Amino acid sequence: MFINACLACTGQREFYDDAYGQRVSIDFLHDYIMGNYRLLYARTLAAGINHFNQAQIILKLLATGKQTDPKHRAEENALITAALHALPPQRAWRLLEQLRKRGINNRRSRAIAYHYLQSRGDRLPFQVVKYRSKVRAIATHAHFKLDEEVGAFIFREWKRQFQTPLFEQFRQGFYSAKAVYDLPFTVAESLAEKHNIPRDRFLAGIEQQLTAAEKLRLQGSANRADTEIKVDWHRLPLTKLALYVISLQERGEELEAALIQSARITLKKAPLKLKRVAAVLDCSYSSSGSSEKRRRPLGIALAVHYLLQAAAEEYQAFWTIPVSNPLQVTARGQTDLATPLLAALSQKPDLIAIISDGWENDPPCGAAEILRVYRTKLDPQRRVSIIHCNPVFNSDDFTLKTISPLIPTVGLRDAEDLPTVLGFARFAEGTASLAELEEYLAIKAQQLLGQTNG
Amino acid sequence: MARKAHLLEAIALGNLKIAPSQVWGAVRIVPLLRRQISYDLRLLKRSYDEDITIVNLDDERLDRGIKYISYIPHGLVLSWSDDGSPVTAMGGQIISEAKRYNGGLNSVRVMHRMAKREAKNQLRFLPLHLAMEGFLAIHFSGPEIAWEGYSRRAKSQGLSPRIEFSFSGRSIPTLEDALRVFEIHEHQVGVLLFVAESLASAFVVPTPEDYRALHSSLLQDFYSELIYEYGLYGKTTRMETEIDASKVNDLKTLGEALEIMRSHWAEFQGFMASNLLGREIESKRIYTAGSFTLQRFITDLHPKSENHMGEAIVRENGQLEYLKTYRLSEAQTKRAYLLKQLAANQWHLETTAISLGNTLEEFIQRLDRAGFGYLINDRERQKAKQQR
Repeated sequence: MFINACLACTGQREFYDDAYGQRVSIDFLHDYIMGNYRLLYARTLAAGINHFNQAQIILKLLATGKQTDPKHRAEENALITAALHALPPQRAWRLLEQLRKRGINNRRSRAIAYHYLQSRGDRLPFQVVKYRSKVRAIATHAHFKLDEEVGAFIFREWKRQFQTPLFEQFRQGFYSAKAVYDLPFTVAESLAEKHNIPRDRFLAGIEQQLTAAEKLRLQGSANRADTEIKVDWHRLPLTKLALYVISLQERGEELEAALIQSARITLKKAPLKLKRVAAVLDCSYSSSGSSEKRRRPLGIALAVHYLLQAAAEEYQAFWTIPVSNPLQVTARGQTDLATPLLAALSQKPDLIAIISDGWENDPPCGAAEILRVYRTKLDPQRRVSIIHCNPVFNSDDFTLKTISPLIPTVGLRDAEDLPTVLGFARFAEGTASLAELEEYLAIKAQQLLGQTNG
Repeated sequence: MARKAHLLEAIALGNLKIAPSQVWGAVRIVPLLRRQISYDLRLLKRSYDEDITIVNLDDERLDRGIKYISYIPHGLVLSWSDDGSPVTAMGGQIISEAKRYNGGLNSVRVMHRMAKREAKNQLRFLPLHLAMEGFLAIHFSGPEIAWEGYSRRAKSQGLSPRIEFSFSGRSIPTLEDALRVFEIHEHQVGVLLFVAESLASAFVVPTPEDYRALHSSLLQDFYSELIYEYGLYGKTTRMETEIDASKVNDLKTLGEALEIMRSHWAEFQGFMASNLLGREIESKRIYTAGSFTLQRFITDLHPKSENHMGEAIVRENGQLEYLKTYRLSEAQTKRAYLLKQLAANQWHLETTAISLGNTLEEFIQRLDRAGFGYLINDRERQKAKQQR
C-alpha cells in the first residue's frame, strides 16, 4: 500500500482532492511506515518510487537518525547516499535546503550534504550558479568549509575577476546585458529581466543554451513572442512528450512519429516484452487532472498507449469514449469502463492493462461487476491477467482507488515506470506475503547500491 | 400559422434517456441524454452582474405597476426557427438591454417583463424567476370580497409586498464541487439534481452544446431552504446493482447483463423523481414562439407531498425542449395552500376554517404562522377568542 502511494502521490492537487488533503495524508503515511518498519521504509528508496517521495523518505530518515538500529545503520546510510545522488540536481538541492528549513542538523546530515557537494566534481560550478540560493542555505546551515572561489561567489564577496569561467560569466552577465547569453537558461532568465531585455530577443539569443525539456516548456512562450525554438523530439521522455501533445489544439502527424520513437527509446532502457495485450484507457473528463497536474492522467494513458504498442506483439486500445486517432484524444465525457473492458476481453489477450483513476460512473461498478463475473465464472484459472494502473493517489484512505478487489491496482506516475509496476503488481494483488516483499526490496536495494558503486 | 402546442398536464421525459448518476457528498446528479437533436431551438445564457434587478411586470415606467425585485445573475435567450432549419446561437450580448443604475453601494438593473421578445425569432426570459413570479402572484390581489375580518391593509393593497427567501446554489455545501467533478456525457442535455436523495431541481435544454454552456449556471440558481438544510445534514445512500452471474455463460451474455444493469439504473432514478415526473400539474402559457410554447407550471400544492414549480418549453408534438424546476419548501407550500383554500371559499374566514376542520382561532393561528397575520384585523381576533 505504501509503495503504491509512493508511486502516485506528489502532494499536489488532483481532480477530486485538494493539495492540502494530499500532503497531510501522505505525510501521515510516511510517519506511520517509518515508525513501524524502518528498514523496509529505507529500502523503499530502491523500489522505483517517484522523486517527491524519495525526497520525503530521505528527509524523514535524516531527521530521526537516533532511531536507527545500529545493525542497519550502514545500509541506511548507503541507501540515502545512493538515492540522493540519483535524484535530479534540482530535487537534491531542494532537499538540502529543506534540511535548513526543518532545522535538521546532525552529524550524519552534515556529512551527507558535504559529501554531496564534494562529489559534484566538474558540475559543481554550474550547479552553484544555478542553485546559488540553495547552496548558500545549506552551506550556512551546516557550516561548510567551501573552497575560496565558491565561497566568495555565493556570499557575494566578488573580486575583480573569478578564475572559474562560469562564475566569471555570471559576474559579467550581472553587469552587462550582452554577456547573459553564455549562461544556462534559467540563470540568464532572471538576469534578462534585470537588464530589461525583450522576450523575443532573449529567446532567440539563448536558444543554443536550452535543454530539451526547457525547449518544450518554452514552445508556447516562443509562439507568443513570434520566435521559433526547434525541439529535438526524440530526446524527450515519453510522458513529458505525451503531455505536451495533448496540450496542443492542433496536433500534426510528426508528433505521432516522435511518440513512437520515444516509446522505443524508453523500452531500450527498461526492456519489456509482451505478447497479446489490450489496454482500456480512460479519457473521461476527470482525466483532465487539476490545475497543478494538468491533464496528467490523460497524458499517462496516451504514453502507455504508445509504450504498449511498441512492447507488444499484438496490441489493441479501447478508450472510454471511442477515438479514431489516439493522437487527437481529449479529456471529456463520462467514465464508462464496462463497455471497453468487454470489448478488450472479447479479443482474448494475455494481458489487459486498465489505465484509469478508478472513478467509474456509467454505470457505477459496471466494470467491477464484469470483472467479478468474469473472474468467478468465465475465467477462474486466470488465463487473462488484468491489471489496473492508477495515476492518482486518493488522500481519504491512503490508497489508490480500486476498480475491483479481484484485480491488482498499482500506482503509475510516469508511463516509463510501467515495467517496474508490472513487476510489482503481484504485491499489490495481496497474494504475496510481507516476507516476500521484504526480500524483493532487499534485492532491489542491492541492485541500487551495486549500480552506484560499480 | 403554426398550431399551438397544448398545455402540459404532466411532466414526461419523453425520448430523454436517464443515465447512471454521479455522486459527490450529499449531491447526486443524474444525467439526461437526448439521441435525436434538432437544432431549430437554442438557448443561451446572458449574464447580468448587477446586485439587484427590478422587473416591471406590467408597465414600463418605474414609478407605477407591479415590480418583481430579486438578485438575478443571468437570463436565458431563446432563438428558434419556424421551418425546422438549424439556428445559429447568437450571443445576444450585442443587444443593449434594460436600464442600469450604479448609485452608491449597489448597482441596479431595471428590466421590462419576465419574458420579452427581442427580435423576430428571439425571446429573452429570466429562468426560475418566471416560475417564482407566478408563485408569488397566486391570489396576489388579496380578498375579492371585503369581509369585515380583514385588515385595512389587506383590503387596499392585497398581499403586497409578497416576499419569499431562497438560497443560492453556492450556499449548498458540496454542490460546487459536485458540479465541478461531474463528467458531462456526450449527448447530455439535462440533469436531475438530487440533494440527500430528494429531488431539488430538474433541468433540460434543447441541445448538448447549450447544456455544456449552462452546466455551471446550476450553481447560480436558487434553491429552497429545505434543500439547503438537506445539503448541510443529508447524506446519499450507496446504490448498487449486480449482475446475475447465473444467467451469464459467455461474453455475449455478459454484455447483455450489462445492458440490463443500465436499464435498472434508469428505472430506479426515474422512480426517485416520481414526485415530479408524471405528477399532475397546473400550467399557464407565457409565450408562443413558432411551434414552441413557453409555459410555467406548479404541482397540486398538497401540503403532505413534495411540490415543485417551474417552467418548460414544449414542441407542438409534446416533446420537452426545456425544463427548469424548483422544489418548494414545506413552508412555501403551506403558504400557497392556505391562499388557495381561502380563494376557494371566496375568502370567507369562517367557512375556510370549517372546510379545513379548524376553529376560527386555530385557522387564524395557522395564517399567523404562515406569515399572513397582517391580513387579519383585531376585531376578528377578539371574535375568535370569544368563540372559544
